[in-house]
Amino acid sequence: MNKKNLLVVLVLALALVLSACGGAAAPEEVMEEKPMEEEAMDEMAEPFKVAIIMPSSITDLAFSQSMFDALLAVQEEMGGEKAMEIVYSEGMFVVDDAAAAIRDYASEGFNLVIAHGSQYGSSLQEIAPDFPETSFAWGTTLNTFDMDNIFAYEADAHEGGYVNGVIAASLSETGVIGVVGPIEAGDAALYVKGFVAGAEATNPDITVNVNWIGSFSDVALASEAANTHVAAGADVLTGTAQMVVGAVGVAEENGALWFGTQASQTSLAPDVVVANQVYDWSVALDEMLALIAEGTYGGEAYTITLENGGLLMDYNGGYELPEDVKAAADAAVAGIIDGSIVVPVE
Amino acid sequence: MTEVFSATVIIGILTSGIRLATPYLYAAIGETFGQRSGVLNLGVDGQMLLGAFAAFYVAFTTENLWLGLLAAMIVGALMGLGMAYVTVNLHAEQGISGIGFYLFGLGMSELLFKMLLGTVETVKGFPITPVPLLSKIPVIGEIFFQQNILVYGAFLLVPIAWFILNKTTLGLKIRSVGENPEAADSLGVSVARVRYFTIILGGTLSGLAGASMSIALLNVFQQNMTSGLGFIAVALVYFGAWRAWGVLAGALLFSMVNSMQLWMQVLNIPIPSDIAVMLPYILTIIVLVATVSRVRAPSALTKPFDRGH
Repeated sequence: MNKKNLLVVLVLALALVLSACGGAAAPEEVMEEKPMEEEAMDEMAEPFKVAIIMPSSITDLAFSQSMFDALLAVQEEMGGEKAMEIVYSEGMFVVDDAAAAIRDYASEGFNLVIAHGSQYGSSLQEIAPDFPETSFAWGTTLNTFDMDNIFAYEADAHEGGYVNGVIAASLSETGVIGVVGPIEAGDAALYVKGFVAGAEATNPDITVNVNWIGSFSDVALASEAANTHVAAGADVLTGTAQMVVGAVGVAEENGALWFGTQASQTSLAPDVVVANQVYDWSVALDEMLALIAEGTYGGEAYTITLENGGLLMDYNGGYELPEDVKAAADAAVAGIIDGSIVVPVE
Repeated sequence: MTEVFSATVIIGILTSGIRLATPYLYAAIGETFGQRSGVLNLGVDGQMLLGAFAAFYVAFTTENLWLGLLAAMIVGALMGLGMAYVTVNLHAEQGISGIGFYLFGLGMSELLFKMLLGTVETVKGFPITPVPLLSKIPVIGEIFFQQNILVYGAFLLVPIAWFILNKTTLGLKIRSVGENPEAADSLGVSVARVRYFTIILGGTLSGLAGASMSIALLNVFQQNMTSGLGFIAVALVYFGAWRAWGVLAGALLFSMVNSMQLWMQVLNIPIPSDIAVMLPYILTIIVLVATVSRVRAPSALTKPFDRGH
């Protein structure tokens, strides 16, 4: 009996260790915690320590990767690992685990803990008051819970969505476009609203079919949603969140064009990806870090937009976009920036 | 706007449903063998994930899909072997052990993905292989006979499983071990050997289920890409009343309702998407409640067998 119980415990322990390694890479270099001294910040005697908790992987070609790449860019700007230390926990789709990770990082003396996922909000609301010396950031949202150590960040995903929509409607020959969305909320909902608005502004007769599959991870259903769109006549597809990798493959198989968002998805299907709206969070991160250096730990909300350079249109060089379509896209970008185009999101 | 009951829509729903049902069939038929012999394996999802990764990685590096398929089967079988050792030899609690293997598969596939691939890649998976003649039949040909080879395999598995379980000595042994292991043992049937066989077979088929996703239907690998599909497969075994045809009916119902809700959204039928995505689950629960009371689970299910008693 003892032997048997021991083995079960061992198997479970091994499984947990492995899932920890794979999913939630525990901070490996946990240093002796030292209270943060604002004055010493400028001298960078101690690296600025950032921890980030993400729902999917840092290489998801979507939501999580967009933030991780931005952190790396900021780290580079600041002078590499000596100036800024980054620790991450990825694949935290279980909110309870994420909450535990947020609390761990905060108590280990990290300067900035980023909860990258709107689902982590209520956990953060509970944890943040216990660590007044730690700065927290969460998104995508504009809600800081009125706490002075929480930053909020949001992407105006409808802006690039609109531009994608303009190009998509110009290129569609069948007049039908398919959208594969996760859950109708947050930046996914914004993106889709913007996309539909852009497509309809370009061609009032266009049909944009939208499918919400109710999941951020169900690759199989995302793929089948794309198949459904193709069967319904769509020759242009788009979608948002990390499960769309399943849909991109369907687009490629059927020769349908694909528009990406959050990060560049060109590498998945270089033949059919036309354009991507890419998130560059470093604009928001820079401002947060500047405030933290001054001793302000939160209370501000940031939005990345086309205007402030947090949203970028990224074109696939391998796809030949007709000049007039490119011009229409550029005009849309300019119009959104100067305010002559207001993307309706209600 | 497309007509609701047009041929396009009906063919679309059925073709999608057939594809969606494929991984469920492999996994649930495999699980049926295990449960008929008295072993509940909750590790199916983990076996699928590791199988999906093995298939993808081998196909990605060698560009040989058959080797990928083989790798998935071997990985699944090895995980089945582990499960068999823990539950048969060590008499461990089956539910907990299965969860352990699930977590192992989930974590291990993520770890290997990060170490060996690093980012989402794509492969050229099994192509659509129309069945000669049959694929020319109007409507039916388009739905059933213009799929990839792993889809055909999943559906062929159903009559094979039915035949093995009901018409062969092996099937009789499996069923007797699951109903009354003491009696089977006294008649000279090795309970341990039969259970080893069914659990390893189940693991192999779960590995295939994973491969059907990563190198035939989706042609990508992403962390946790099954997103709990293996647990639905276990539920389908209960739904199908531990019979191959029942499992087929359950898998088809679940998948068809799922593909139908995708079409409902495309056709702008005014139902909130949150309700639409719940439909397959709600319907499955209703049918489960309505039908399951008339059948009985294998008597020895989840009970370890100890010859010493």
